[in-house]
Amino acid sequence: MTLAAAPGTATLLVELGAILLGLALLGRLAARFGIPSIPLYLLAGLAVGEGGIVELVTARDFIENAAQIGVILLLLLLGLEYTGAELTTALRDHAPAGAIDLVLNFTPGLLVGLILGWDARAALLLGGITYISSSGIIARVLADLGNTGNRETPVVLAILVTEDLVMALYLPLMAGLLIGGSAIDIGFEIGIAIAAVITALVLAIKFGHRVSAIIFHRSDENLLLSLLGVTLLVAGIAEHLQASAAVGAFLVGIALSGPAEHGARTVLAPLRDLFAALFFAFFGLQINPADLPPMLTIAVALAVLTAGTKLATGWWSAKQAGIDRPGRLRAGATLIARGEFSIVIAGIAVAEGIEGDLGPLAAAYVLILAIGGPLLARAADPFGRRFSQRAGTSPPTRLASHQ
Amino acid sequence: MTEISETKLPGVGTLHEFECRSGDRVGVISHHAGRREMVVYDGDDQDRVSESVTMTPDEARLLADLLGGTSVIERLDDLRHDIAGLAIDWLPISRHSPFAGRTIGDTAMRTRTGVSIVAIVRGDHPLPAPGPDETLRANDTAVVVGTADGIDAAAHILAAPGV
Repeated sequence: MTLAAAPGTATLLVELGAILLGLALLGRLAARFGIPSIPLYLLAGLAVGEGGIVELVTARDFIENAAQIGVILLLLLLGLEYTGAELTTALRDHAPAGAIDLVLNFTPGLLVGLILGWDARAALLLGGITYISSSGIIARVLADLGNTGNRETPVVLAILVTEDLVMALYLPLMAGLLIGGSAIDIGFEIGIAIAAVITALVLAIKFGHRVSAIIFHRSDENLLLSLLGVTLLVAGIAEHLQASAAVGAFLVGIALSGPAEHGARTVLAPLRDLFAALFFAFFGLQINPADLPPMLTIAVALAVLTAGTKLATGWWSAKQAGIDRPGRLRAGATLIARGEFSIVIAGIAVAEGIEGDLGPLAAAYVLILAIGGPLLARAADPFGRRFSQRAGTSPPTRLASHQ
Repeated sequence: MTEISETKLPGVGTLHEFECRSGDRVGVISHHAGRREMVVYDGDDQDRVSESVTMTPDEARLLADLLGGTSVIERLDDLRHDIAGLAIDWLPISRHSPFAGRTIGDTAMRTRTGVSIVAIVRGDHPLPAPGPDETLRANDTAVVVGTADGIDAAAHILAAPGV
């Protein structure tokens, strides 16, 4: 046995080191300007892919595998944020808001896809891309603006929860449609996948605490290996059943509770940060920057349209919850940001190669709304207050509440 | 008693809030990750938080102490979450209680019901972990821990004359 590295190893290390360092620098830049890091990671990927400034040669395979683990960890940690009880309560109490959200925001993507003359499956994917808000970016925006305690926030969070659950059914559905075959075959595949997801969801909510007790271990090292092992195993099985690996990981996250959940958050968050950053970069890497400019007009139009529909969704839902006008505006503006899940969906299209224009369009679209969404959310607050003063809706408590 | 409303924030934690007599509304968000966020609502736009302060659990406990709260009750609350089937209750000692003026040992509470008296709240002052020769006084509140059935029996013993 020899310790001498294979000839490619040195290049691989240099390329990987350079890209991680590049991502780190971009992350600092993002923090400096108060924008999310996701769009910058995407740009970094664009710069090192085919047709970019420099093209990665050796590290590409590694990044491709890392990207798949990135999606799984993203969804696992998202699932960890929710308990089964929170999911069922949100669905029960906010089903109308969830339905309005789906209709208003899925339709624009679907229609634009069809107008562009795309295959129906590509149009359905574009619908998913415009539908799903970024829970990651929105959680950050709520915390940064100190809006977590606002009365419209439960409405915003309930809509996000509903979207994540819809995603757990949508991904298997798309996976089934993408395999193709006869209508009966497709229907059968989708039926099995969705039945598996629903069964797993019920089991996760009912028996999650027992599974968690088995997985938990006092040693962080062992906990990390157990968690990662179980998650990758479940994700792999889910993928095999055409239910999508990401959905499998999401369900594992929901099932975990108690000490295993707390431990999982601590030991997995740094791993998620690493692999998810590579996932965003990999999506950019697959796209040739030269393909972006022709898609820009459509991306801007779609972004403006679906910023409007999210605004309407938030406004309507907050109004139903008895929130005043400034709060309705904040709820709507907060929901505009699109990010990680739009990229997850677009990533499927790129991997399957079903519509060449979808990847570049999705990249431009996410770039616009991942940066624009938080800016609009920030602007909504002062704007909403001026708006309400002009409309004369300032509540009379103003006199009573201060001495 | 002030009415406290509780709102679940999926993915974030739980929000408790109430309105002070002054008209100001304040709330506390207990994040899943453990940290506490204290929020004050805007006087003009009541849906909006105008100030928020994020604290570690230790800092939150310190603030509660400074505000005149007692940490005994919160620690007991933690205990309840850890052990399923364990109940905790606050039992008032009325003037007519047979044990007003007698010691904890006299009640033979642990032998008879399996319930422990873990603290006595006298006026504003809690007496944590009282010994068996501590005297119960009228208008005290005994903080007891045990099974739900045991606590029912304990309440009966402390309230009913005779036995």
